[in-house]
Amino acid sequence: MTNPSDAPIGPRTDVVTIAGVSKVFDAGAGQTRALETIDLAIAPGEFVSLIGPSGCGKSTLLRLIGDLTEPSAGSVTVNGKPARQARLDRDYGIVFQAPVLFDWRSVEANVALPLEIKGVSGTERDRRVQEMLGLVELRDFAGHYPYQLSGGMQQRVSIARALALQPSILLMDEPFGALDEMTRERMNAEVQRIWQQTGTTVVFVTHSIPEAVFLSSRVVVMSPRPGRIVRVIDVDLPRPRTDDTRETERYFALITEVRETLRGRRDDDPLSKGRVASMPRTLAEGSVG
Amino acid sequence: MVVFVAVLGIWEGVVAALHLQQFILPRPSAIAAALVSEWPALQRAAANTLYEAIGGLLIGVTAGVLTAFAVARWRRVREAILPIAIGASAVPIIAAAPIMSNWFGILNPFAKMAIVILLVFFPMLVNVVRGLSEVDESAVELMRASAASEGQILRKLRLPNALPYFFTGLKICTTLSLIGAVVAEYFGGSDEVLGRVIVQSSSRLRFDITWAAITVVALSGITMYILAVAIERIVIPWHASQRSRGT
Repeated sequence: MTNPSDAPIGPRTDVVTIAGVSKVFDAGAGQTRALETIDLAIAPGEFVSLIGPSGCGKSTLLRLIGDLTEPSAGSVTVNGKPARQARLDRDYGIVFQAPVLFDWRSVEANVALPLEIKGVSGTERDRRVQEMLGLVELRDFAGHYPYQLSGGMQQRVSIARALALQPSILLMDEPFGALDEMTRERMNAEVQRIWQQTGTTVVFVTHSIPEAVFLSSRVVVMSPRPGRIVRVIDVDLPRPRTDDTRETERYFALITEVRETLRGRRDDDPLSKGRVASMPRTLAEGSVG
Repeated sequence: MVVFVAVLGIWEGVVAALHLQQFILPRPSAIAAALVSEWPALQRAAANTLYEAIGGLLIGVTAGVLTAFAVARWRRVREAILPIAIGASAVPIIAAAPIMSNWFGILNPFAKMAIVILLVFFPMLVNVVRGLSEVDESAVELMRASAASEGQILRKLRLPNALPYFFTGLKICTTLSLIGAVVAEYFGGSDEVLGRVIVQSSSRLRFDITWAAITVVALSGITMYILAVAIERIVIPWHASQRSRGT
């Protein structure tokens, strides 16, 4: 149950290396600068959250890592190869805000989808599907159809599907944004457990500060458009984190730290100085979505 | 059912009370009598008409689906065909019936079938194209994330996604096919078809037979529709439209 999450980060062992990445969208009249010169390295087994106001490009950054969109400048390296190659090698699994389950497939068949695509067949496929369903504790629902499940259960199926090929990185794009607070907290505990069991590196986009702090090894705080990394906050809460963790002083302190970084009021903090001063005024007044 | 029987009862009563002439509105009992006495002829006519309607339906639906695949697959084909398809949907194709008779021969059932084919082709095409192309963008990304090929995306995502659209089209087309066949028959051809029975009995003022033939058309249409719905239930039990009876 040990994770190398808090180990020092060496450039050679990084799972993800983002170097000088910018992203410009061509929108009708002009261009929208979504991301500007992002540098970020993610070590194996880390749990990294991207947090920032709506439209700060955090989802775009996630999609760049997954080669679902291409950078306008800079490079994204995953497992020592270009993101494109990592995608073709099926190095990552992805979970969206919506579960995106296929209505016509049972829970079992939904989880089997990536295995089918890869060409894993027969008993090996069945074994992996059962293992994944066990991991998300949905074995009893293998034969159910998506419409027969609650939102939280559907999202667990989509996590099982994302992990079916045992990817080295799990990309999660606001996976619990559509769930109620109680379900979200339960799912957070579940994701932590799955992360600890599998040792998968997770990149997690969220706009919930408590969620980011509860789950992450590091929280990457981003500024509004064009998205820049304002500050990376290490979360040193001991694992496994539980409901009790949510009531500790340190947890509240970290939440405050993330919140204040988002608001840009940490002028006294040497880590954020300079960057905060150069941030646009809108951030100082705005709040996170 | 109760409502249906009540309507027939009121109909019968009103016709009797107002002493309406048979050629204006026959009593349901007279229609039933005509249905029985003319049954052999009606049965033959129904078989011929259904042959045209179902034959045209099968060919038109198949052609529509195949064209839809080409349209969804190649942008060039889409740009060439889709505007024509949408335009053609607005054309009252039934008006071309005499031309089809001219081309294929007035007694050739295929002349009627051709009208049915043209009639069902475009709604089928438009529906299936929508089903193949209106796919959840995240689902496509999910497939791409697993490095799925275009063929796999088609088979595992676009095809199942298109099934509900296909059945919507099919249900529209069952109704259209019968309308197409019967109305095309009005323009002439073999007399042993429901369209001709309707035209000829009405010109002889035997409206009881006309109504009996219309009843047969209506029952055939309903049966075809129910059949399409039954197939839909079996093939796509997972679809939202099939879930009204609880989970």
